[in-house]
Order: sequence, then structure tokens, then C-alpha cells
Amino acid sequence: MPIVEVKGVDKVYHQGDTAVHALDNIHLSMDAGSFAAIAGPSGSGKTTLLNMIGGLDLPDHGDVIVDGRHFSEMNQSQLAQLRLNRIGFVFQAYNLIPVLSAVENVEYVMLLQGVEKAERRDRAMAMLDEVGLTEKYDNRPAELSGGQQQRVAVARAIVSNPAIVLADEPTANLDSKTGEGLLRIMAEMNERRNVTFIFSTHDKMVMDYAHRLVLLRDGMIDDDRSK
Amino acid sequence: MQSPQVNMDMQMAWRNVWRNPRRTWLTVGAICFACMVLIFMLSFQFGSYETMINSSVKINTGHLQVQAAGYFDKKNMRRVINDPKPVMQMISAIKQVEAMTVRANTFSLVSSEDRTYGAMIVGIDPAHEPEVSTLKQLIRKGEFLPEKTGSDRALIGSLLARNLKVVIGDELTILGQGKDGSVAASIVTICGIFKSGIDGFDRNTLHIPIKTFQAVYFMDAAVHEIVINANSLHDVAAVKKEIINGLKNIPEGKKLVVMDWDELVPGLTQAIRIDLISGIIFWFLLVLVVAFSILNTFLMAIFERTREFGVMMAIGTTPQRLVKLLLYESNFMTIVGVGLGIIIGCGITGLFQVYGIDMSGASEMLKQYGISGRIYPRLSLITAFAGPVLVWIITIAVAFYPAMKIKKLQPIEAMTHV
Ligand SMILES: Nc1ncnc2c1ncn2[C@@H]1O[C@H](COP(=O)(O)OP(=O)(O)OP(=O)(O)O)[C@@H](O)[C@H]1O
Ligand SMILES: [Mg+2]
Repeated sequence: MPIVEVKGVDKVYHQGDTAVHALDNIHLSMDAGSFAAIAGPSGSGKTTLLNMIGGLDLPDHGDVIVDGRHFSEMNQSQLAQLRLNRIGFVFQAYNLIPVLSAVENVEYVMLLQGVEKAERRDRAMAMLDEVGLTEKYDNRPAELSGGQQQRVAVARAIVSNPAIVLADEPTANLDSKTGEGLLRIMAEMNERRNVTFIFSTHDKMVMDYAHRLVLLRDGMIDDDRSK
Repeated sequence: MQSPQVNMDMQMAWRNVWRNPRRTWLTVGAICFACMVLIFMLSFQFGSYETMINSSVKINTGHLQVQAAGYFDKKNMRRVINDPKPVMQMISAIKQVEAMTVRANTFSLVSSEDRTYGAMIVGIDPAHEPEVSTLKQLIRKGEFLPEKTGSDRALIGSLLARNLKVVIGDELTILGQGKDGSVAASIVTICGIFKSGIDGFDRNTLHIPIKTFQAVYFMDAAVHEIVINANSLHDVAAVKKEIINGLKNIPEGKKLVVMDWDELVPGLTQAIRIDLISGIIFWFLLVLVVAFSILNTFLMAIFERTREFGVMMAIGTTPQRLVKLLLYESNFMTIVGVGLGIIIGCGITGLFQVYGIDMSGASEMLKQYGISGRIYPRLSLITAFAGPVLVWIITIAVAFYPAMKIKKLQPIEAMTHV
């Protein structure tokens, strides 16, 4: 059974008089353990689609089903609860809470989940170790490089044991070497823990790493191939 | 036990407060300053009221007086207490009465060798007057009236002495009307000059022994006032009630009334009330300014952090939790400001409480009630905390509005906010 199902999703944005069809009857399904990239030109609807899958935005028509839960049947706070427990997010930049150290940022999601303090710290430190940031655990985001910040964000997204991790252009602000380092970490997580990753990207390298590539154009799926 | 979650939220709030130290210090400074000013002002006001009440009561009226009905309004010297003895006996049995004395007053012409002025002649009991009023301590030159009965000595106000151009030992001629309507005249020798600081009192009062007064003005044993001090201001009402009851059993009692200091100096409470109201208006303006500074800080902070709130909500932080975080932040800022304000405000006020504030430039209205020379602010629990608590309540109330705006925030909109 797929972990993510997108069924006939439409999304239209109105800006003044013009209506933008950001997503146009999208059907998509992802199996658990996927490592998929959504690519396409700017404005093609990548971010919108990820937001739909993440329950941050709701479709005008159609439904999204994550981990067996139908978004159309859930209210705002149920969606928030689902995001907290089943979905990890990595955004393009400014992912982290500035006043918290690296390890506290990773702990924060577990705090929201109600995990005990001692367990929180242990799991957060172990996670930082996996992304290779043990030494930087006490640094605030401002004291970390862009790549290090993204690695903390990945650690935070994964530490809560989500069903899927959604990453909207995670490498866009990184140079290619740092970007590749981040990708390798995510690929490792995918292999070792069987976490499902869905990226949006412009980045050729990310597309190469992905096991499946979904191409969007004008809010429609142009191509969908697995390797 | 506090849950660890609360601790983490508080920790975040505390760090957020210090993210922009300059802005925080400005806000904290405004809160602190408002508290300081409020503490000082309130202490100063209370201190000056106490001075006003004390100087009026202690120099002049006492806490309570028994008079003949109508005497207070008409000052007709024929409205007397004919036989004060039984009344005084009754009063002296009341537990909360500290001291008591009698007085008689009339208006007469007072002449020195080369000048004549009108003055209030006050007959006092040299033995008991010092127990009731501060007159004896106000003597600046010479000495108080001797206790032996029937002396023809007099105490004169400093301004009246200056106007009459007299010094200690000079003789004054008093010319007035006796109780029976006949001419009353006498010669007295100045034995002391007093200065109360209340100009009206110093300019037109002359004190002579009550026995002399009664003889000169044909009063027999009669007096105009029995002046009573209770143990404290709080006992006044109880004592008044007992005297009213006691008067019912005295033959002359029906013609007598009891008045407290509030009635004896009606302008005083009014002056205090006016001053207090203008003070309160000023405080509200001050607190309003602080409230706007808080509001501004918070709106700015929230505007700047909208993206951050969006990310936090996206990863599962509930709006309620964000509101709580923001309310912690405003509370922390307020606590720091109010705390510093109380410490510094009490320190400064305490200093002035010891050294006093020079009020020689006080307005005429204040001078009338004895405000001149030095005023000592009076720090108390009320004056130390009333202002800061007001500041606290208002700032927390104001901080609520921006915090509640968060509840309407949608994560995506917040994250695309720049
Ligand atoms: N909140 C919004 N209001 C109006 N139009 C929007 C909104 N969000 C997205 N759009 C429009 O929807 C379309 C899809 O936007 P989306 O952000 O999903 O594209 P994208 O593929 O992520 O682009 P990019 O590669 O530039 O990030 C665009 O035409 C965009 O202008
Ligand atoms: Mg995008």
C-alpha cells in the first residue's frame, strides 16, 4: 500500500483578475521507502504540490492520503497533529529556530511530541552524530554554515520517526559540494531507516540521486519515471 | 512539579527577549522608568498629604472638637460651652482618647506702640495645649506660656510680630468685645514668637492663657472648643461616636456638636482629592506611553519573526503554544522592567525619605496647609507596588493583542512572508 496518494488534486490561486492553475488534476502515489524528486521549471507547481502532501495547504478538488489518513476528512488541528507525528519538513532555508542550539532544534519536535527530556537529548545527540554534527551540538544556527544548518534540519525532520520527509529545494542555497554531502546523508537515511523522501528541486545532481523523478509543467505531470 | 515542556518554552522566551538587546532595553527602560516615577510620585503625594493633615491637625484643629452648635459657622463668641467640666470628664473616660484641652477664640484689635492689626485671640490652657498641638514646639523665640494661672503673657505669630514690629518682652494692647457685649481690653506681654509655616496662622494669631481670656472677655468658666486627639487617625470615628453618645447624658449636651478634622478643615480633604485625581490622570498618561512602547516592540518582533513562526507551525507547533511563548516573552520583559523599577524607585524614594525635598517654592494652596520647608516622601507597600502593578496589568493586556494575531496565522502565508 502506498504511503502517499494524491488523487485528482486541483489548486487554483487567484491574483486579482487572473487565476493561476498551480495544480491541475494531479494523480500520484508513492511507496514507503521512496526517494523521489519532483522537478520542473519555476512556477510549475512543485512547492504547491509538496505543501499539499504536507497538509500545509488544502486542494480545491481531490484528496491527499498520507499514511492512510484522508486530509479531506481532517480539521486544522488534526492536520497539525499529523504533521508533527508523521511528516518531516526540510525547507529551502531558515529552517531552524534561531534561539535554540543545534541539539535543541532537533529536540524541539520531540518536545512537541511529548517525549521525556532525557530520551529527547539522547535521541537528538544520536541524530546529530548521524548527520556528522556531534561537535556543533551546542552552536546556534547563526554559528553554523548553510550546509550544517540543512543537516540539522534533516536531523530534526527524521528524529520524530515520520512516515515521509518533504524537502522543498533543500540544496538550492548550497554549493554543489555541500549539496552533495547533504544528499548523501539523506540517501543513507533512506537506505538504513527506509524513510520516504520527496524533494522538489531544480538541481541536476538531486535528480541524479533520486530513484524516481516526477516532472511537472504548468501544474500537470509531464513525465514520471523510476530508475 | 513543573513539566519540562514549560521550562523549554520559558527558556526560548527568555532567549527571544534578548535577541534584540537594544530594543529590549529600551522597552524595559520605559517600563522601569514608569514604575520609578509612579513609586516616587505616589510616595511623594502620600508624604505631602500626611504633612498636610498633620500640620493642620497638630497645629490647629486636633482630631476632634466639641463646640456649641452653630459656633463653627457663625464664630459668634456667645455660642459657648458654658460648663466644659462634665463634658471633659465624660471624654477622658474614653479609651482611645490620647489628650484633650480647651480653647476660646475671638477677634480683637491688637496694638503695639506704633501699629494696630486685627488678630484672632486664642485662649489656651498652657498645661494641656502641648499635649494636643505642636504649638509649643513652634516657638522660635522666647518661651511657651507659663503654667501658673492668670498670667498676662502672650504668644504671637512670627508674621504678626513682624507687622506689629514687636519683640519678646514688648507689651500689646488688646481691644475687643466681651461675651456680654461690653468692651473688653487688656494688656499682655509677649513671651514667645511661633512660626508654623502656615502663613495665615502666623499672620493673625495671638495666644493667651485661657484664664486670662475668660477674665478679659467676661466668659466665666465658658470655652468655645474642647480639642481632642485620639490615639491615631483611625480611632477618630470611634471616639466621635462615643462622645456623641456621652453628650446625651449631659444637661448642656443637646446644644453641643462633635466635629472631626475632616469637617473642621473642609478644604483639606478637597485639596488632597484634587491633587490625587490630577496625579492619577498623570499616571495613566505615563502608563499609556509605556503601553504603546510595548505594543510597538511586540508588533515589530512578530512582524520580523513571521517566517520563523510559519516554520514552527509547519513542523507542528500549535498556535496556542506560540501565543504562550509570546506571552512569556512579554511577561519576562515586564518582570525585568517592573523589578528594576521597584528596586531603583524604592531606592531613590528611600533616599529622599531620609533627606527630604526642599519645598520652599511651594504654591500658595499647598502653603496654606503647611507644605513648606521640606517634604518627606512616604514609602509604603501601597506606594511601592500600586504603580508597578498597574504598569504590569496594562503592559500584559497590551501584549495580548499582538500575541492573539498569531492565532490567525497560516503556516504557508507566514513562511512566504519576507
Ligand atoms: N499564495 C499564492 N498566491 C498566488 N499564486 C500563487 C501562490 N502560491 C503559488 N502561486 C502560483 O502558483 C504557481 C505554482 O507555484 P509554486 O510555488 O508551486 O511553483 P514552483 O514550482 O515551486 O516554483 P519555483 O521553482 O520558483 O519554486 C506559480 O505560478 C505561482 O505564482
Ligand atoms: Mg518552489
